[in-house]
Amino acid sequence: MIVDFGIIALKAFLVLFMVLNLAGVLGWIERKGSALMQDRIGANRASILGFAGMGLINTLVADPVKFLTKEDFIPPRGDKFLHTLAPCMALFPALVTFAVIPFGDALQIGERVINLQVANLNIGILYVFAMGSLGVYGIVIGAWASNNKFSLLGGVRGSAQMISYEVAMGLSVIGILMVYGTLELQEIARGQGTLIREFLPESWRFLKAAIGWLPSWGIFLQPLAFLLFFTAAVAETKRVPFDLPEGESEIVAGYHVEYSGGKFLMFFAGEFAEIVTAAALMTTLFFGGWQVPYLLRDGFHFPWGATWLLPHLAVTLLQVGAFAVKVVFFCWLQILLRWSVPRFRYDQVMRLGWKMLLPLALLNVIVTALVIVAVQQL
Amino acid sequence: MVPLNHYLILSAAIFAIGVVGVVIRRNLIVVLMSIELMLNAVNLTFIAFSRFLGSMEGQVIVFFVMAVAAAEAVVGLAIIISVFRHRQSLDPQEMQLLKW
Amino acid sequence: MIIFYTLAVLLILSSLMVVFQRNVVHCAMALVAALFLIAILFVTLQAPMVGVLQILVYAGAIMVLFLFVIMLLNPTSLEPRRGLSWGFGTVVALLLAVALAALVSHDEAPADPFAATELFGAPESLAKSLFTDFVLPFEIASVLLLIAIVGAVVLAKREH
Repeated sequence: MIVDFGIIALKAFLVLFMVLNLAGVLGWIERKGSALMQDRIGANRASILGFAGMGLINTLVADPVKFLTKEDFIPPRGDKFLHTLAPCMALFPALVTFAVIPFGDALQIGERVINLQVANLNIGILYVFAMGSLGVYGIVIGAWASNNKFSLLGGVRGSAQMISYEVAMGLSVIGILMVYGTLELQEIARGQGTLIREFLPESWRFLKAAIGWLPSWGIFLQPLAFLLFFTAAVAETKRVPFDLPEGESEIVAGYHVEYSGGKFLMFFAGEFAEIVTAAALMTTLFFGGWQVPYLLRDGFHFPWGATWLLPHLAVTLLQVGAFAVKVVFFCWLQILLRWSVPRFRYDQVMRLGWKMLLPLALLNVIVTALVIVAVQQL
Repeated sequence: MVPLNHYLILSAAIFAIGVVGVVIRRNLIVVLMSIELMLNAVNLTFIAFSRFLGSMEGQVIVFFVMAVAAAEAVVGLAIIISVFRHRQSLDPQEMQLLKW
Repeated sequence: MIIFYTLAVLLILSSLMVVFQRNVVHCAMALVAALFLIAILFVTLQAPMVGVLQILVYAGAIMVLFLFVIMLLNPTSLEPRRGLSWGFGTVVALLLAVALAALVSHDEAPADPFAATELFGAPESLAKSLFTDFVLPFEIASVLLLIAIVGAVVLAKREH
């Protein structure tokens, strides 16, 4: 009983530790990576004993110290309680979502089987969406409590954008739910281990030869859903190209404008944690989660017949490593996206969300249903 | 194990607080929020009974109550906006007469 | 056990805050807290699907709509000085509370609650009920939501 509780606590601690560290490192990647892309040097002034570490000291040591020691400023006629509550409400959902993301298959130590996921809820992905919908409050309350017209404008835009793209995000995932038949994320990750040719009927020989050797990852079975989900997730996290609510050049940092010091750090960290959340969701739903292609529980089973058996611990380590690599790849992709495309206008954002993503997501659901029925009937 | 009565008493308390809110507040939005509070108290009663009687129907009813509450909140807020545009006030006491 | 009593106390506190706070935005945030606590109560009552739907729909969408309308109408300047009219209404409401509590305090409920199966409250059972026994109300509910959307858009439009 105590051991069970201790294992869950250890998993929760590890997951939070990794996420928060990754959020910090992402800040460094953003500053240094954007500098590389823009052919400039970037942040390199802060150094300890002459060691500047490519901007690491600046971003990971000097910046937090700066944020935490700044004056905590509440606007004079703003709402004191809500002004302090808003960054917490922005950070909380971004971190709590990781409770259901599986980072590995069941690990067997002795006779104890540990599921490498903090909480195995039977509602799985709905929990993620529920926490995502709570993330709107940080924006709305932060904007309102600042008693500032720019901030209110940014907040209203931001919350309208977030609730619009929540709908598109939810609908685009329905295709995945239909294909894998479950809401639980660990089962979706496990279901991506089989090869596609196991699902195709015998008479579709050409298709089987063409793509049957691929693992049944979400990206191969639901490519449109991946594009929709990627767009909607980037819009949810309010990253460029959807960062009009906090547009730095347009409405003076939008709902962030009256925040400084530790509270701004919480908003900032919340945004990077949301990047990690979006990346983790994309890997779990569409890229096999912790699955390495052709790696089953006891080793590699290649489609041409060769096998390579591995001990259980090595398999688990490979799978956790694969998950980490995929998550980091998607985080990097979002950062690359930020510095490559310009910002959308507000009416373009709304038009994209309601008039393009929503009908396409519904179309995806219908086509998926038809294909599933066709495959099962034949 | 918490007995059923405790859940029911909690729901009754929240329902009564909601009724107090509807009666004494002079702000239409808070009145609407108190109505939502009453609906949630009833939801809690349904779920408690569903658990203690082992029937899924309580949860299905709560699902529909949520859908209806969403529709009602949306229309109610639209009405409030429309009334505000005409009366420039959100005080239910000022809307007692059917004509000007 | 402890969870229920803690949640009950917090829930009553936030309901009281919804009703008695002067600032409307504080009332709205207290209602969000109350809805979140009720969702946790649902989960402890073996209804995780309904609980998460409560957060998704009620706390995540309806209350955001409330906050939008509050910010749009900006009623902080409109609440009259004497915002609360006590008196007859409060007395009646308290009588109602006492009557309800007296009605539900019978000792008829089974002491041992029904042992729930694994699938009780899971998405599968809720979905099965919705699509087999209750499919007609389900379809009517979707039509109802459509009517509500159209009605809200028509009601809230600016007259040109």
